[in-house]
Amino acid sequence: MDWVNAILQGTLLGGLYALFAAGLSLIFGVMRLVNIAHGDLIVLAAYLGLTASTALGLHPLVALVLVVPAMFAIGYVLQRGILNRTMGDDILPPLLVTFGLSIIIQNGLLTVYTADPQKLQAGNLETASLSAGGLTVGVLPLIVFITAVAIIGALQWMFYHTALGRAFRATSDRQDIAQLMGLNRAHVFGLAMGLSLAVTAVAGIFLGIRTSFDPAVGGSRLIFGFEAVIIGGLGNLWGTLAGGIVLGVSQALGGQIHPSLQILSGHIVFLVILAVRPRGLFPKMEG
Amino acid sequence: MTEILRLDDLSKAYGAVTVADSQSWHLSAGEALGVIGPNGAGKTSMFNLVTGTVSPDSGRIFFGGQDVTSWPAPRRCRSGMARSFQVPQPFGGMTVFENAMVAATQGAGLSSRDAEALCLDILDRTGLLHRSNTLAKGLTLLERKRLELTRALCAKPKLLLLDEIAGGLTESECVSLIQTIKDIRETGVSIVWIEHVVHALLAVVDRLIVIDFGKKIADGTPHEIMNSREVREIYLGIEADA
Repeated sequence: MDWVNAILQGTLLGGLYALFAAGLSLIFGVMRLVNIAHGDLIVLAAYLGLTASTALGLHPLVALVLVVPAMFAIGYVLQRGILNRTMGDDILPPLLVTFGLSIIIQNGLLTVYTADPQKLQAGNLETASLSAGGLTVGVLPLIVFITAVAIIGALQWMFYHTALGRAFRATSDRQDIAQLMGLNRAHVFGLAMGLSLAVTAVAGIFLGIRTSFDPAVGGSRLIFGFEAVIIGGLGNLWGTLAGGIVLGVSQALGGQIHPSLQILSGHIVFLVILAVRPRGLFPKMEG
Repeated sequence: MTEILRLDDLSKAYGAVTVADSQSWHLSAGEALGVIGPNGAGKTSMFNLVTGTVSPDSGRIFFGGQDVTSWPAPRRCRSGMARSFQVPQPFGGMTVFENAMVAATQGAGLSSRDAEALCLDILDRTGLLHRSNTLAKGLTLLERKRLELTRALCAKPKLLLLDEIAGGLTESECVSLIQTIKDIRETGVSIVWIEHVVHALLAVVDRLIVIDFGKKIADGTPHEIMNSREVREIYLGIEADA
């Protein structure tokens, strides 16, 4: 039963990893941008949630109403103000700029919030659980997982059934031609980054409720996000969810063998998949 | 007649290669203009300049009476300019219908409902309706060429720029293409058409210009141009004294 439980908990944890990864997957899909600052932006969202909940006395989940639009705006301005200037045939400049951004965000957070670990207080939600058939599931991990499925489903629907989704796909497919069809690339990229960081806001708040965080924890969230994206296959959002689950389950099973193996086993499974199926488990069929 | 497009002393060079050399000409609203010239003469480059894909080194471009020289490509498209490509450039990972919808919602600025109606109508006219749900990369060359025209039309252009869409077609396909373009013209759309298949061009256009080494070397009625000695020499390769 312990093993079944580990798989269950790992699956739910995978939902959080999928949320870390969905934003990465989205901007890579639309504009081939690898955002090294993604993990730090998750942490930034957690801190914005902290400020909103302490200053205004809001429940962290209610604070999403403020943090999601704030992160969307930050994403849009960041893309149009800085990242668009680095985009081109060479993928190195945006990579370096987001690396620099990562350092700036970390140090900015250190200055404003100090290095003390913080946590978002979500009251009873943190410990509430459901039991059935000898298994116990935390309400929070369940909410996180359901939210991840809902967000990825919504993104997928948006991509294939809305004008904005078509704009993203057209720009991803052929930027130059999309321009001639009336699409302003700079604006489309801004919207993509805004949307990516809006998802990141949700991930950051859940992260902050689930564990304590400090300005330096972004790096490992970035790694988990990347691993989920790559395991699932680049440019495939449902694959990203599957990748998050594979990663979460691997970590949970490793932890079941020995607590010190938890993180390592996730990385090992990632490396094995990378070696055996370099394009991920569910590579995008087209292109 | 009001003027829809004017090129004023337009020049562009890539290093030693001049693709536009002080080109000046205009197009009246509702007019159909054919552009001929040898390969590499700068015809497609002229389209790139007009649509805003590349910026000229000097000279101005006026569209609908406005100086659009500094406008980015998307703005020019939204103000009523659309082109097709000689080598089809579809959004391969999207269906034919979605390709059309991008142009109709973004280029023409229509709501989804209006865009759907327009796209279905135009797909019907260009003979692609039955392929609506096919991914564009799965189309044959002829179908891709039709998609080029479809997508340009779905942007509801006032000015349509066609780049060699008759090349490679069979005679009967060419006849139906000519009819389609004539129909488009009937709706008041101004057309600039680059074409090597001269008989197709002559069936539609009122005026021809000839471009060689980026320079406009002749401008006149099809009859004048086709009988011009200079044009026959340069473009058709016929000896002057033959």
